Amino acid sequence: MAVANEPASSPLATAPAPGRRWGEVIIESIIKIAGVSVIFIVGFIFLFLLWEGLPAILDIPLRQLFGPQWYPIEEHFGLLPLLFGSLLVTVVAVLIALPLGITTAIYLGEIAPPWLRDILKPIIEILAGIPSIVLGFLGWIALAPLIQTMGAPTGLTAFTGALILAYMALPTIISIAEDALYAVPREYRDGALAIGATQWQTIWRVVVPAARSGMLIAVMLGIGRAIGETMAVLMVTGNAANIPAFSENWLFSPVRTMTATIAAEMGEVAQGSTHYHVLYAIGLLLFLITLAINSLAARLIGVSGGRRSRPGGSL
Amino acid sequence: MATPTNKIDVQNFSFYYGDFQALKTLNLGIVEKRITALIGPSGCGKSTFLRCLNRMNDTIRGTRAEGAIFLDGQDIYAPDRDVVELRQHIGMVFQRPNPFPQSIFENVAFGPRILGITKSRRELETIVQQSLEGAALWDEVKHRLEDNALQLNPGQQQRLCIARTIAVKPSVILMDEPCSALDPVATLSVEDLMRRLAEEYTIVIVTHNMQQAARIGLHGVSSGSAN
Ligand SMILES: Nc1ncnc2c1ncn2[C@@H]1O[C@H](COP(=O)(O)OP(=O)(O)OP(=O)(O)O)[C@@H](O)[C@H]1O
Ligand SMILES: [Mg+2]
Repeated sequence: MAVANEPASSPLATAPAPGRRWGEVIIESIIKIAGVSVIFIVGFIFLFLLWEGLPAILDIPLRQLFGPQWYPIEEHFGLLPLLFGSLLVTVVAVLIALPLGITTAIYLGEIAPPWLRDILKPIIEILAGIPSIVLGFLGWIALAPLIQTMGAPTGLTAFTGALILAYMALPTIISIAEDALYAVPREYRDGALAIGATQWQTIWRVVVPAARSGMLIAVMLGIGRAIGETMAVLMVTGNAANIPAFSENWLFSPVRTMTATIAAEMGEVAQGSTHYHVLYAIGLLLFLITLAINSLAARLIGVSGGRRSRPGGSL
Repeated sequence: MATPTNKIDVQNFSFYYGDFQALKTLNLGIVEKRITALIGPSGCGKSTFLRCLNRMNDTIRGTRAEGAIFLDGQDIYAPDRDVVELRQHIGMVFQRPNPFPQSIFENVAFGPRILGITKSRRELETIVQQSLEGAALWDEVKHRLEDNALQLNPGQQQRLCIARTIAVKPSVILMDEPCSALDPVATLSVEDLMRRLAEEYTIVIVTHNMQQAARIGLHGVSSGSAN
C-alpha cells in the first residue's frame, strides 16, 4: 500500500493550483516590501542623523568634542561628561538588573509551583508597560529622598537613575529569560535528574546553558531599554553635565546622560546653530552604540546557538 | 519470592497518577546481571513501572506510590531514602535519545563532574574514554570529542546516552524502548551493546518487540499487564 501510494501522490504535489499561486505571489511581495522598507527606514534615520550631526563634528575641534566640558552657552561642547553619565548609569543598572532578573526568571520557571507562576508572570509583564515618566516621578518623590537620607548631598544621583533604570529593565529581562527557560525540552531535565543531579545542578548545568541564547537576548533587550530610556533618567540623575572628581563618590553624584541632554536641550536650541548640530551628533553616537551592542549580541548568539538543531530559546 | 540473587524485589506495589491507578499490587523479582524485558500492550504501565524503579515519577505532581521496591534489600520508597543518591545507582536510558546540547565530552563528563568523582582532568578523560568504549562509541567519536552531541546521528546519540549513564558506574540500567527511535542498523548496534552490558549490569528494558527480546537473549519476560 505505502509503496503503491507514492507515484500517485508525487505528481499531485508538484502541480501548482493556479489560483493559489497568485495569492502566494501577492503575500510574498507584501512581506518582501515590509522587510525592505524597514531596512530603508533605518538607513534614512542614519543618513538624517549623519546629515545633521556632521557639521558639529566638522566645526568643533575633536579635542574639544571629546573634552570634559559641556557648557553649551559658552560654546563648549565636550561630550565626555555625557558619555560618562550614560555609561555609569547604564552599567550600574545592568549590574543590578542582571543577577536579579536571571535569578527571578529561574525561580519562576524552574522552582515556583505552577499556580504561583501563573499569578506572577502576568503581573511582571504588566510592570513592563508602566510609562517611564511614571517611574521617574516615583523615583523623584520616593527614591531620591531616601538616597539623600543615606548621606548623599542630593538624592538626584547616578545611583538613583541606575536603580530606576534597573527597575525598568527587570520585567523585560525576567519575562524573556523565563520564556527561554520554559522552551528547554523536558528530556534535558529528565536526563540530568536520572543521572543523579540535584535540582540545582540540573538547572545550572543543563537548563540554563540550553537556554543561553534566549537569555542573552533577554539581557540585550534589557540593556537596550536602559540605554535608550530618557525621561526617567532626566528626572532623577540630577542633570549635572560634569564628571565627578575622583575624590568624590561617583555613584552618589549628579550626572547627566546623552539621552537626557537631547531631551532637555532640543527644545531650546536655535535651529542650525552649532549646539543644534551637536545634539544630533549625540544622537548619532547613541545610534552607533546601540548598533554595536546589537551586532555583538547577534554574533554571540550565532556562536553559541547556531549549530544546535533545537536551541533552547528560539525566539 | 525473595531469592538472594534478586537485585530488585517488588512487593505489593501500586502506583497512582492522581486518582488513576496505573499499577495494581505488583509483585516481581529482577535478577542480578541479566536483562529483564517488560512486554505488554500499549498503555499497560510499562514505562510507569520503569520510572518507579528510579523514582523519576516523583517529578510528576500528584503521583503516589504504595507498597515497596527493594534494591539490594533496601526499600527505595522508604521515607528517609535519598532520591538523588538512588538515581546514581540506577541509570536510565530514554526512548528518545536526549543528549545535552553540549560537547560529546561534556555529556559523558557530566555525571562524574556533578558527583565530584574526580578533580583531575586526566582522570576525567580516562573515565570519558572508558565510558565511550563501554558504549561502543569511542572509535567513532574519539577525534571529535569537542563537537556538539546533537551533530551525532540518532543511533550514536543513544549510545552516547548509554555512555553518559555508565560513566557514574550504576549497578542497574533502565531502558525504555531504547531502539524505537532508531533505524534497523542502529538498533542492531544498540542491541549488541546491551548484550555486552549485561555481563556487568542489571538491565531492565521495555520493548514492544518480541524479536528484539529474543535477540538480546533476555532472562525473564514479565508480562506487563499490571491492571
Ligand atoms: N503523567 C501521567 N499522568 C496521568 N496518567 C498517565 C501519565 N503517564 C501515563 N499515564 C497513564 O498511565 C497508564 C500507563 O502509561 P505508561 O506510559 O506507563 O504505558 P506504557 O505501557 O509504557 O505504554 P506504551 O507502550 O505506549 O509506552 C496509561 O493509561 C497512561 O494514560
Ligand atoms: Mg511507554
